[in-house]
Amino acid sequence: MSTTTDASPQPAQPAGPPPRPGVRSLLIWGAVALVGAVCWAVLALSRGEDVSALWMLFAALSSYAIAYRFYSRFIARRVLEVDDTRATPAERLDNGVDFEVTDRRVLFGHHFAAIAGAGPLVGPVLAAQMGYLPGTIWIIVGVILAGAVQDMVVLFFSVRRDGKSLGQMVREEIGVVGGIAALIAVFAIMIIILAVLALVVVNALAESPWGVFSIGLTIPIALFMGFYLRYLRPGRVLEVTAIGVVLLLLAIVAGGWIDGSALADDLTLSKETLTLCLVAYGFIASVLPVWMLLTPRDYLSTFMKVGVIALLAVGLVIAAPTIQADAVTSFATDGDGPVFAGKVFPFVFITIACGALSGFHALIASGTTPKLLAKESQVRMIGYGGMLMESFVAISALIAAVVIDQGLYYSMNAPAGATGGTVESAAEFVANLGFTITPDQLAAAAAAVEEESLISRTGGAPTLAFGLSQVFSEAFGGGLQAFWYHFAIMFEALFILTAVDAGTRVGRFMLQDTVGNVWKRFGDTSWTVGTWIASAVVVGAWGSMLYVGVTDPLGGINQLFPLFGIANQLLAAIALTLCVTLLIKHDKLRWAWVPGIPLAWDLIVTMTASWQKVFSDNPAIGYFAQADRYREARDAGDVLAPAADAGQMDQVVFNSTLNGVLQAAFALLVIVIVANAVVIWVRAARAGGLPTTEVPHTPSQVVAPADFFATAEEKEAMRAWEESRGAEPVGGRR
Amino acid sequence: MSAGPAVRVRRAVDGVRWYLKEVTGESRWEAYLARCGRDGVEPMTRREYERHRTDLREHNPQSRCC
Repeated sequence: MSTTTDASPQPAQPAGPPPRPGVRSLLIWGAVALVGAVCWAVLALSRGEDVSALWMLFAALSSYAIAYRFYSRFIARRVLEVDDTRATPAERLDNGVDFEVTDRRVLFGHHFAAIAGAGPLVGPVLAAQMGYLPGTIWIIVGVILAGAVQDMVVLFFSVRRDGKSLGQMVREEIGVVGGIAALIAVFAIMIIILAVLALVVVNALAESPWGVFSIGLTIPIALFMGFYLRYLRPGRVLEVTAIGVVLLLLAIVAGGWIDGSALADDLTLSKETLTLCLVAYGFIASVLPVWMLLTPRDYLSTFMKVGVIALLAVGLVIAAPTIQADAVTSFATDGDGPVFAGKVFPFVFITIACGALSGFHALIASGTTPKLLAKESQVRMIGYGGMLMESFVAISALIAAVVIDQGLYYSMNAPAGATGGTVESAAEFVANLGFTITPDQLAAAAAAVEEESLISRTGGAPTLAFGLSQVFSEAFGGGLQAFWYHFAIMFEALFILTAVDAGTRVGRFMLQDTVGNVWKRFGDTSWTVGTWIASAVVVGAWGSMLYVGVTDPLGGINQLFPLFGIANQLLAAIALTLCVTLLIKHDKLRWAWVPGIPLAWDLIVTMTASWQKVFSDNPAIGYFAQADRYREARDAGDVLAPAADAGQMDQVVFNSTLNGVLQAAFALLVIVIVANAVVIWVRAARAGGLPTTEVPHTPSQVVAPADFFATAEEKEAMRAWEESRGAEPVGGRR
Repeated sequence: MSAGPAVRVRRAVDGVRWYLKEVTGESRWEAYLARCGRDGVEPMTRREYERHRTDLREHNPQSRCC
């Protein structure tokens, strides 16, 4: 595109001081604030009465609106001082491949598709054991003050540095020590995330022939789409995606026919078998050309994702379900919950990672997105706005988990060692927790979604699917609960598998790139042997973690999910540390609190959680205390439940030690980075700022609106600009 | 704002179509053709063009988050 060489005079940007707020604006925002305040008051004050889930939904929406309108604007204008006269990397380095001026709404779609995944769906479901209130507060307050701020500020700083990655920025702005620590942390955290996501899929598909059949069919469907796009009708993405979605729905329906047939037994797979399938699949998918599997799968999962989220929002409003969970459960204060151990502080804040604050997003915000941004002011809409949308997904997932019968919730989410695995023992188990559900009701719930059993279907996905199926069948009728359940399982498994494909590939490239520094040939990504070795290493790493989780006698999710949550939050700590560092280096010490407050909170939470997971002498929480307890019992010749034999005792000892070591290592890496950064902070604060790698100001020619809706002035400026260039609209129309 | 309902619906449908084509990258081909036409260059075939585009993706993996 010839945008940068255009010598037309710099068109007027719609800038200058904002006009004073009109009466209309005051009335609208006053009303939004009032709705928000009422919703929050109802949620906070209701005890022991029926509360509609819509209060949660609207508390979230009105809080988001106010935060976006006021706080994100404050950050953009005062803290970051976004400057639309500066050309972005997309404009300066435009090469039509990775750097390219992109319409803001299109980029919003790409960015959201990249950040949203299974995390915001699973975490809130598990955190529902604390009651609906802690999760709701953290998801909403967390996203406003922490998550969205991180995404937006990292995106901005990366834009000012030609789209550099988080690791690169840490190395250049903080130091080599911090940089190396960040590199290791990013790689290790990715492996953990892949393992936990894969574990969610394994738990959702185990002993479920319907699920296995439908998900299995997504592979030939994706292959068909890939060949269609490559050979039959190249480039017709919409057409082939429409075909793919229809085939996908057929696959779900067909799964129901399989369920009662002779094939069902062959497709009833154990967790161990599924793990091997997933590992083999992950390896093959990451070495195959992207057009065969990854790209078509990505189209499918993105469309499914957006479709389901929209459907859920509509379904919730129509069904207006009543919250079944308590506002705050006794597990929150006593720390003895069956889903995961630990008190509300710090564990609710690490269980709900994505949706409130997710360090992984910093990798996206410093990866592809900054290279496509048309205008600096758009960091607000893409970074802050995109994360608010993700938070909305998390709130919806939390609602789905708290509107189902809570006896069922605990029967599904407590590990098999606790529930005993049968409807009778599970009913007894939840009765001890203080909930009533009869064995018949448990069996009826499983029959309603045509699953063999719902007892101890941990991992969050089945619970979410059950909640969604309940909301959908209430809202849209038709007695299709089983279809909706498997539809939801399919939708989660689909994009987790996409994340596993893509993550393995990204991990492979990272490994090849890093090893390539010392062994040049290995860094060549077109060398097949190197590719295969690197893929095998990455798949082997997450595959073995997955195997550890799957075979864990204590229940894999409650052991691994805290590790995943803490790892993700530690990555956020690295990103926020970078943000604080850069603000101070740019002589904006007085604004350092903007990323500084979430950083302080995140460090308190993650370090407390890490400390407890490593040093707590409560075997339910501390990994090493747990290992000790089982080691002592084993040496004394005892077998402790839920382990069934000496072999499982060994396994518990090994797993707990491994998890403890990983946990401690992550925390240490982050301490190294923060310590390194504090040195820079002091130096920069004393010197009144330090030089950074920010690229110099280059005047921008591109004109583009800043927000979702263009103002009248922006439209006029766009029109005038396009007229002056006389041609080709850039990155879209209007 | 004076447009009738039929016009508005059409505009909305066009908008959605435009958005989907942009997001999926389907419209890249048309943009490429237009560019070639402006520059007076003979465009490659669609098959070659799309193959070129997917091959670029091969070495530019994008992470999908959790």
